[in-house]
Amino acid sequence: MPDNNAAPALIGSSGDSLREAFGKALTAMADEFPKLVVLDADIAGGTGVHHFRKAHPERLIQFGIAEQNMMAAAGGLAATGMLPVVTGFAVFLTRAFEQARLSIGYCKRNVKIVASHPGLDVGPDGGSAQALEDIAAFRAIPGMTVISPADPTEMALATRAVLEFEGPVYMRTGRSPAKRLFGSDHVFEIGKGQIVHHGRDVTLVACGVEVARALEAAELLHDEGINARVVNMATIKPIDSELLKRCATETGAIVTAEDHNIYGGLGSAVAEAVAKTHPCPIEFVGLNDSFGTSGEPDELAEHFGITAPFIAQAAKHAIARKRGLQ
Amino acid sequence: MTTAANAAVRTSAAMIPTIAHDTDIEVQIADAARFVRRHTIASIYRAESGHPGGALSCADILACLFGAEMNVWPSGTADRQRDRFVLSKGHACPALYAIGAYHDFCDKTEALALRKLGSPFQGHPHVRDLPWVETSTGSLGQGFSVALGMAMGMKLQKMHARAYVLLGDGELQEGEVWEAAMCAAHHKLDNLCAIVDYNKLQSDAPNDVIMRLEPLADKWRAFGWTVFEIDGHNIPGILSTLHLAASTHHRPSVLIANTVKGKGVPYMENGAAWHGSVKLTRPQAEDALAALGTEPQEIKELLDA
Repeated sequence: MPDNNAAPALIGSSGDSLREAFGKALTAMADEFPKLVVLDADIAGGTGVHHFRKAHPERLIQFGIAEQNMMAAAGGLAATGMLPVVTGFAVFLTRAFEQARLSIGYCKRNVKIVASHPGLDVGPDGGSAQALEDIAAFRAIPGMTVISPADPTEMALATRAVLEFEGPVYMRTGRSPAKRLFGSDHVFEIGKGQIVHHGRDVTLVACGVEVARALEAAELLHDEGINARVVNMATIKPIDSELLKRCATETGAIVTAEDHNIYGGLGSAVAEAVAKTHPCPIEFVGLNDSFGTSGEPDELAEHFGITAPFIAQAAKHAIARKRGLQ
Repeated sequence: MTTAANAAVRTSAAMIPTIAHDTDIEVQIADAARFVRRHTIASIYRAESGHPGGALSCADILACLFGAEMNVWPSGTADRQRDRFVLSKGHACPALYAIGAYHDFCDKTEALALRKLGSPFQGHPHVRDLPWVETSTGSLGQGFSVALGMAMGMKLQKMHARAYVLLGDGELQEGEVWEAAMCAAHHKLDNLCAIVDYNKLQSDAPNDVIMRLEPLADKWRAFGWTVFEIDGHNIPGILSTLHLAASTHHRPSVLIANTVKGKGVPYMENGAAWHGSVKLTRPQAEDALAALGTEPQEIKELLDA
């Protein structure tokens, strides 16, 4: 007979995911930030802040499934001197966009909005659950810093950086296990991109889970005799214009890669910066103005064309265009 | 009597009867409410747009809050122990600016520069222009949640101050309001006091036509709030109910203040058309100010100076 009394196997935050790294980092830093409180909309096990709840139950404020109220209340908490971290799935925090705009952004409140489950990385929950617009939306709020770290090490460093930073921040974590890219010597600074692979023929600029795919693309290109530079652009706003200018000047071609719609996200931010400093051919890898669907993250990445081979192909296009210009 | 009320004695000596202390305060508050209504008409006339109906309906409530109930004062806008007031119905801000001017949070004449480029007195309150408005509002429902967050933050930090939030009745149609109502009761925020300016009219038509709110008191009770139903123009009644609300424990409190939209200006009273945004003609502004007992010379000063 089946044992129906056994607890169901819940698919929560586990392993080497960015959400897990975030939840653990936040928990470890709680004592250093006495005003820190975490706001949850009944999804702590999914966002990784169940670690924080376990260690500091009195500092996790439960808002129930009511993101609009949670977002605006964070503005009120910050107004009294608290350090609120709003947590939830990216798609549901986008629901409270206008609260983030008025009660946090316009008021310039020191609130951190940390969104798990962004992009196709959500996987089987399907198109309704995959936020592919969040970077574009939050980037459009004046004064809002937007960050999307690439691996668990960087996630932990970024968590500290945003807590120390004064001002509103939107930060993406991630649902699925993330590749470890960086060692313990890794440095994260808000507003600074990093060259994580050297090359001179083209620059691949990526954020979040796409950094690992861009590094993989650089290997593919290397096999074809193309030296691709890879930039980890964890801060999408304010974008590192100086580094982009340097890359545009030195490599003359750019590919952007993101788990997001190609409109309004990293690609747009890079294009805006490069257009003003050193215009060069740019190709955009991301969702081509479409919603997602159900499937495993890697399957979806391939289906929608954001894996390493697609980035490599885009790099060759960009290089061809550069040569056409010469 | 609060510091703010102490600083607020502007009524001429002849108008204040030398009788009981409480009555003294009530006379001052009535004077403040009159000032708010006159100033509101003048600033909206000068702006050539604005929302008079819902500003006039909440004038007595604001006068009670700033004149007696709340522990707020112009030099203490950054004091952690101050009470917080949030105008969640942000479009009624001409009344907020006026009560602020009456109590010296801002300059009376400058506050007439409503909705003008370069003026901090925007068409909806903005905390980065005027710190004493506590938060920026103008998107209905949000101010309520922000006040809730303030009440939470003050409890977490063991501050004894209270958060007050004024909501419009049409605003209660926003889903966020009921998210916040549920949340405040769940977290036992007895330092949060909501006041509903229940004038029964919203932008286009009566609440009953647009989206029925009744049974309103039952809704708030069902959400776990202590409910007081009052006449929102009866100053002693407002004051005593605010006092009662401050002594409730473990539950947030709400005052459902029955009011008249456009109160004090006969041609505006009970007319949804005066919700706004409206442009007042010179005769309309003069009629309104005359109905509010303004002397001809003062009318000229308010509208032209």
